Amino acid sequence: MIDEATVARVLAEALRAGGDFAEVFVEDRRSSSARLDDGRVEELTSGRDRGAGIRVVRGETTGFAHTSDLTEAGLTAAAAAAGAAARGGGEGVREVALSRRRPAPPAAVEVLPEDVPKAAKVELLKRAEDAARSLDGAVRQVAVTYGDGRRRILVANSDGLLAGDDQVRTRLGVSVVAGADGVLQTGYETAGGTVGFEIYDRVQVEDVARVAARRAVDLLKARPAPSGTVPVVLRRGAGGVLFHEACGHGLEADLVGRDASVFRDRVGTQVASPLVTLVDDGTYGREWGTYAVDDEGHEAQRNTLIHEGELTDYMWDFLRARKEGRESSGNGRRQSYQHLPMVRMTNTYVLAGEEDPEEIIRQTPYGIYCVQLGGGQVNTATGDFVFGMTEAYLIEDGQVTAPLRAANLIGNGPDVLRSIDAMGDDFDTWAGTCGKDGQGVPVSSGQATLRVTGMTVGGTGG
Amino acid sequence: MAETVLVGPSAPPRPDLAELAQRVAGWARPGEQVEAYVARGRHTSVRVFGGDVESLSSAESEGVGIRVISGHRQGFAYAASLDPAVVEETLAEARDNAGFGTVDEYLGLAEPDGVAAADLDLYRPEASSFPTDAKVELALELERATKAADRRIKGVESADYGDSEFEGAIATSTGIRASSRRTVCSLWSSAMADDGRGTQTGSGYSVARSPHDLDVARAATDAARRATRLLGAVKPATQRLTVVLEPSVTAALTGVLAGLLSGMAALKGRSFLAGKLGEAVASPLLTLVDDPTNPEAYGASPFDAEGLASRGNVLLDAGVVRTFLHNTYTGRRSGVPSTANAVRGGFKSTPGVGSRALSLAPGDLDQEALLAAIGDGVLVQSVTGMHSGVNGTTGDFSVGIQGLMVRGGELAEPVREATVASTLQRMLGDVVVVGADREWLPGGAAGMTLAIGDVTLSGS
Repeated sequence: MIDEATVARVLAEALRAGGDFAEVFVEDRRSSSARLDDGRVEELTSGRDRGAGIRVVRGETTGFAHTSDLTEAGLTAAAAAAGAAARGGGEGVREVALSRRRPAPPAAVEVLPEDVPKAAKVELLKRAEDAARSLDGAVRQVAVTYGDGRRRILVANSDGLLAGDDQVRTRLGVSVVAGADGVLQTGYETAGGTVGFEIYDRVQVEDVARVAARRAVDLLKARPAPSGTVPVVLRRGAGGVLFHEACGHGLEADLVGRDASVFRDRVGTQVASPLVTLVDDGTYGREWGTYAVDDEGHEAQRNTLIHEGELTDYMWDFLRARKEGRESSGNGRRQSYQHLPMVRMTNTYVLAGEEDPEEIIRQTPYGIYCVQLGGGQVNTATGDFVFGMTEAYLIEDGQVTAPLRAANLIGNGPDVLRSIDAMGDDFDTWAGTCGKDGQGVPVSSGQATLRVTGMTVGGTGG
Repeated sequence: MAETVLVGPSAPPRPDLAELAQRVAGWARPGEQVEAYVARGRHTSVRVFGGDVESLSSAESEGVGIRVISGHRQGFAYAASLDPAVVEETLAEARDNAGFGTVDEYLGLAEPDGVAAADLDLYRPEASSFPTDAKVELALELERATKAADRRIKGVESADYGDSEFEGAIATSTGIRASSRRTVCSLWSSAMADDGRGTQTGSGYSVARSPHDLDVARAATDAARRATRLLGAVKPATQRLTVVLEPSVTAALTGVLAGLLSGMAALKGRSFLAGKLGEAVASPLLTLVDDPTNPEAYGASPFDAEGLASRGNVLLDAGVVRTFLHNTYTGRRSGVPSTANAVRGGFKSTPGVGSRALSLAPGDLDQEALLAAIGDGVLVQSVTGMHSGVNGTTGDFSVGIQGLMVRGGELAEPVREATVASTLQRMLGDVVVVGADREWLPGGAAGMTLAIGDVTLSGS
């Protein structure tokens, strides 16, 4: 995107007023999206975003500036602004040699979405809509959204690193409203990954649409969720969000460093049930949170965070790792060139256990069976977290019975991790967007069917 | 400390936004409508930690979003650049995209409707001219003041200063010409308290158009008070009771109500209030107004996102639905004029429908008198999981809360790890008291203390 000699000169400019470290992050993002709602293809959108973010670190202070002007003059001005923001004192010039070259791997996709005719994308929307509407007469409304993005990045820093990546993501989501007897219900399902348009050879959009529609229709018969503390069985895939919230964020080194995590000073201690081995893996398959190189130029890794209940490590970005004299774990991510990188999760999952998932349900006399979750939120300083269940059932006498209306579950991370008493031998993943400090990044989570002995359910029923 | 001077990163001459928008609108071909939305923003943010600047960033961004309607079909494209070649390419993309939309007779750009724009004073040059060192000093002072506010404050998770300046212009081939600019500055502190019984957190803020009007002491003492009063919080017993929402929570709930009254949600059957125009759907205590011409509101602006003059709209009048919110499209489909409620997230999206300066009509009681009036219940200081537990289509309402029990009209023991649940339909009718303590919050709504009866508090 920008030649090496220019990058080296810009880095030198960034350090002209002093500083320990400088970095140039260049991003070129092209995206396209299409939306069908209310029976109409409402619009196709094309977008182009290109720019660079430059940071300069001096002691504990990071100065940052970004620009959409990728000429050498534009980059130099941004470098000077970042250097000034780092409160440099004019300590001299430094040569930067980009010696640690790590060329961008080609995008690991078969069909680049930008090579696919727009009409083919619109066709997906119509197929999904037809499938959802024809599933059941109670389907009242269908919205289908398609989106793809190609994000090419280049990262260079004053340690001599030069790295790049070419990330392609494709996604389709179906949202359905069903209605009967004055009651409305909603259902949602999505399919996507760090993958090109070939995903639609493997995933039939009709299947995605039917799952969403079935969910909305079945909920029409749902009763209010109970209130109070009950055992909760989370089906494979659905419960990964639990770990994302219950401990994932609390294991991010920036929050730990600010003393804003209940997991501070807990490495080497038992923080979860021995059934829990938790991994954050940016290299995992074609998942939503996968990449080759993070937004600081470090290769994605598979990092074990909790091994059989014992906390083994936190997740690190470059800055926090440098302070501790260790390597980044490849978790430095940012929403775009307009943002500073920070510690973020990638694909966070719990390894499967040995129990038969159906047996876990059979051995639960009373509780809740969660099939789909709609997102969550955590206060890492207290460990309290919530997540919403969007498809859930009552378990009575070891049987899955009545569907339940949507509600949040609330728990305390360390308590919930210790009270996992069954882990199935199945596995699935769930994709979402994780927000932190106003920045959204694609992540996934995963787990086997498991049981928590008690969580508080935010329903209104008895 | 050395004097620090920030320079804008873009060196080339800055195009005039209104002129650029008009130029693009002028490229419309016969039989085609073209709208250009051009925006430029400048932001500074300072985060301090442990008495040092952790990060300081300053940048400008700009871009254009172009909508083309041709043969009753719509296409859109955006670019984060005002480079003339890129702008032309963006128009061509939008034009191409229009060929794939469904024919919809209601599609069309806004047209001048004769309503005069309010003369609003929303811009303070000090937001830019205030020296960077002074911004840093405000953030450092905020951190110190938060720590010093109470001996039980063991740390400050974050202390932030932020400011932003926004300018935007819209022009259409149908004759719309609108431009405006505004500034907003804020301080935000998040305190951590610990007295040996575990950590509790609380936040405080101050928001203003100019950095000179920011109130460090208020942000710091609010954060410290809200964190310390939760110390020793326990999980409450499950019960039905009255909830008292603090102003920031009321503002969030008010935003949900405005979503129910979106003309788009109503047309598409995604609001349980669809079809209830003229009907009583809420307690007579609830009057809800969206008025972006009120300069006190941080969402105020003279124009909406399609360039129509902003106007005040009464959505609920003593519990009766008086209007839905409309942009040009939803108004046409509903057979009414736009209420000038087009909103957009920036130049990257087409106009949707939404509120910008929302407020319930305040009542007569301050928070203390309100607590005395309700006697027993729970004061909700903050909520979590609004995005995962509140659904405007079904009416489901279930959120995590932190707060304090209320007994005999007085604040009692703090509670945590609990949820509050009801349905939006019931909550609208179960409003018991609207407080007098209205404050305009950062964002698009005001809040005040609000009491709602008969909700389920779920704990142990």
